[in-house]
Amino acid sequence: MAKVVLNGNLKQFSDGQGDFDLDVKDVRQLFAQLGARFPELAPHLEEGIAVAIDGEIFQDALFAAIGPESEVHVIPKIGGG
Amino acid sequence: MSRTKIHVATTVNGDAVEFLCEPPQTLLDVLRDELHLTGSKEGCASGDCGACSVTLDGRLVCACLVLAVETTGHSVETIEGMADGDNLHPLQQKFLEHAALQCGVCTPGFLVAAKALLDVEADPSETQVRYWLAGNLCRCTGYDKIVRAVLDAAAEMRAN
Amino acid sequence: MSDSAKNDSGSNGHKYVGTRQVRPDGVDKVTGRASFGADLHVPNMLIGKVLRSPHAHARILSIDTSKAEALAGVKAVVTRDDINDLPSEMVPAGEMMVNYRDITRNVMAREKVLYEGHAVAAVAAVSESVGLEALSLIDVAYEVLPHVIDVMDSMKPDAPLLHDGMITQGVEPAPEKPSNVAKRVEFAIGDVDAGFADADVIVEREFKTKPVHQAYIEPHACLASVAKDGKAELWCTTQGHFVVRGHCARLLGMDISKLRVTASEIGGGFGGKTVVYLEPVALALSRKSGQPVKMTMTREEVFRATGPTSGAHMRIKIGAKKDGRITAADGLFHYQAGAFPGSPVQLGCMCAFAPYDLENARTVGYDVVVNRPKVAAYRAPGAPIAEYGAECVIDELAKKLGMDPIELRLKNAAKEGTQTVYGPKLGVVGLVETLEAAKAHDHYKAPLGKHQGRGVASGYWFNIGGESCATLNMSEDGGVHLVVGTPDIGGSRASLCLMAAEELGIDLDKVHPHIADTASLGYTFLTGGSRATFASGMAVVEAARDVIDKMRERVAKMWDIPVDAVIWEDGHARPASSNAGAFEPMSLAEITAMANKTGGPLVGNAAINAQGAGPSFGTHIVDVEVDTETGHVEILRYTAIQDAGRAVSPGYVEGQLQGGAVQGIGWALNEEYVYGEDGKLQNAGFLDYRIPVCSDVPMIDTVIVEVPNPTHRFGVRGVGETPIVPPMAAITNAIEQAIGIRFNELPMSPPKVLAAIDASRGPLADAAE
Repeated sequence: MAKVVLNGNLKQFSDGQGDFDLDVKDVRQLFAQLGARFPELAPHLEEGIAVAIDGEIFQDALFAAIGPESEVHVIPKIGGG
Repeated sequence: MSRTKIHVATTVNGDAVEFLCEPPQTLLDVLRDELHLTGSKEGCASGDCGACSVTLDGRLVCACLVLAVETTGHSVETIEGMADGDNLHPLQQKFLEHAALQCGVCTPGFLVAAKALLDVEADPSETQVRYWLAGNLCRCTGYDKIVRAVLDAAAEMRAN
Repeated sequence: MSDSAKNDSGSNGHKYVGTRQVRPDGVDKVTGRASFGADLHVPNMLIGKVLRSPHAHARILSIDTSKAEALAGVKAVVTRDDINDLPSEMVPAGEMMVNYRDITRNVMAREKVLYEGHAVAAVAAVSESVGLEALSLIDVAYEVLPHVIDVMDSMKPDAPLLHDGMITQGVEPAPEKPSNVAKRVEFAIGDVDAGFADADVIVEREFKTKPVHQAYIEPHACLASVAKDGKAELWCTTQGHFVVRGHCARLLGMDISKLRVTASEIGGGFGGKTVVYLEPVALALSRKSGQPVKMTMTREEVFRATGPTSGAHMRIKIGAKKDGRITAADGLFHYQAGAFPGSPVQLGCMCAFAPYDLENARTVGYDVVVNRPKVAAYRAPGAPIAEYGAECVIDELAKKLGMDPIELRLKNAAKEGTQTVYGPKLGVVGLVETLEAAKAHDHYKAPLGKHQGRGVASGYWFNIGGESCATLNMSEDGGVHLVVGTPDIGGSRASLCLMAAEELGIDLDKVHPHIADTASLGYTFLTGGSRATFASGMAVVEAARDVIDKMRERVAKMWDIPVDAVIWEDGHARPASSNAGAFEPMSLAEITAMANKTGGPLVGNAAINAQGAGPSFGTHIVDVEVDTETGHVEILRYTAIQDAGRAVSPGYVEGQLQGGAVQGIGWALNEEYVYGEDGKLQNAGFLDYRIPVCSDVPMIDTVIVEVPNPTHRFGVRGVGETPIVPPMAAITNAIEQAIGIRFNELPMSPPKVLAAIDASRGPLADAAE
């Protein structure tokens, strides 16, 4: 089970819960499971979000693979100037 | 308001040119919009950035501070006249070698201004170069490589 | 001279990557031939001009354009009625999420004007002078409202309200009444209270910064042409023409694919050209007039109407044990968003303490609207402000502990495996290497004289990847057209050519770069986030590998052997071993010459969403001298050290370090927006908004450290943004060492420095000097 952490303001939409153990194989499944569990969270997972999988940051990467031992952080999207 | 245009005959980069312009139009407006010599750039239109540097009878000026009508009977040199056919001026060559440009928009102004310096001072110090070029703004390079390029070009021109 | 790790023969056995070459677009740029945004002329074009609000905050009661429309030579007038009102919808817009409902209102005011300079109407006319006269004939009736600009003032309960419906997000429970606070964000790890309880020494300070502008030398400019069948072309100076296409199509209610956008050469961006201002207006004017419309901003318009970065107010608290180990760090940040929400406060919160390996840390940020232009990204948006405060506190902590500031940083340095305050652990990073390089540098040991001081600061930026396409079109004579989609703002196309030449094994002068328009290449995200060399580079390498595989297949057919028996080496296809057969190697030129007969034209493609961008850490050292009679601070010596992963073009990496450092020097010592009581900008020009000039700065020495990014073929990390992060704190720290005064406000301009010196002296001080 991957360890998933919600960061920043996202915990507001998950009843304050920030840590989950989830059986997901990619980012799309991760968002689907979290969104199903917390409907208020779902729209916030569609845009403005990045996912760090074992330290590597993925943005707009629905099929980025998540392994059974992965540490996953859901964080705000990063831009630049 | 009368927009009657004035006929101007002048010399640009050694060529006789004629154009019509409204009285308030600057030399920069005319170079870019009438003569389509867009190498001189408008960064501020108030003489503060030097991106429109040209020479008027050999004297370094901001084209945005010269009225087009003032050029009648005078001689204007712009960046387009700096290279000699296929041969780049040493300043142009050194700017390339030293990576003295990033976005390149201020580069024509710097080249014209630097050439004006080397025309009057063949062996400038770093301080002299910096103060001479203080009227040309660059936001990309931090000026380091520009100054190196100018000093290197000066050295090469002295050697030849 | 700079102390780059690589020399002219390339790095790590590479032939091209790591060398210094003349850039392919260089000759056009030194001869004035290159075309920037305002350099295009087309037949029959009109000139567009914008009418802007003279008030910082007002309701628009009516707009009467009839007299302007009647003026001879005026071909079209547009107002809010000509730009689609869009519902609330968050979209990524370069640096941060923006709301389309806000973008449409920023492009052309609807109910209210929210800053002096806000666009209210626009005209297209046969000449600039007719256009300006037409503007003077437009009657706008305003109900002037009180305004607010300071971020803390805007948070007070009695502050003038900019948006009636603004309820602060990120606060539980949600506030009942609207305010100017758009959002609150928070990040935390560990337990900061416990951490502070454990500390032997604590430093807590408040800091204030002013809005500063990106100050690109080329103002915004575009040329729009809409045909009668609704298809449109747009030429504009931008960091991201695909992003512009999306925004403009939305605002004008047209299909995205009916709009083709071409990026001109760009005269500086730094984040400020990742958004739209004139472009949708020019398209609307062209559609209405039936002619092409060219629009350029004056420098005054650039200052009054385009986004500077936030001014901010923050409080930073850091605690440590006697031995220098940091036990807790806490930051509270209030950033101006400008007229609409979307400051980079969240990114600032994420970066503030990034150079440190912390167990206990918290950052809280507020995004606050105020009556000035909407914030646009400025080089590492959010980070320079936040890290300025943090790096000043670290310095003060070092002094209190009696520790060298580099030693304190080394003791707590972020490294691989460090957990960030925003959650994930860092991968391979090079902060320690930059600190060690600073410690070992001559600069750090050089002697200092009276009223001279030395300061150090570190900095961090995440860097991004993103959608990037590349196509390699092989011509019949062995030349290669390298087509990419990231506008070149700092020399990236040169680096991309080096990578292509390296991968293909051919001469550099056979590779010709082009930045394609939006119809001619797959979607490519904007140039920003320090991503062009990294992400377009990844795409270029993939496209090169694609065409190499195709060439191997051709040769395998010609030799009648399996494709696995053909290898690519040094620009040639060769048999993999003598077992495969005694075939003469075939060069790329020989293969492409036969392409049409052996299967068709040869093209390499890549379309990726590059991930795995590696962050870049930097450490700067600066020496200053303070003139105690004038308050002028002179930069005596500056060294910028940064981890580039792998410097593909060292000359251009050095340029990024130098340019960012000098922008930071301006931010530290002089640049600020000065507002009058009436909410109008008083210094809307380069004379009074004075950026560093050539005589203000010395040579900027650079050291490129290379801790390769494992996800990239050449180890590249983005470098463009980090250099602007350390300077403000480094200079503040240097001034403190020089004259014993620690400033906590930017800019530290001569009047402010002098006032502080005079205040610290007291009435009898002169004799002591």
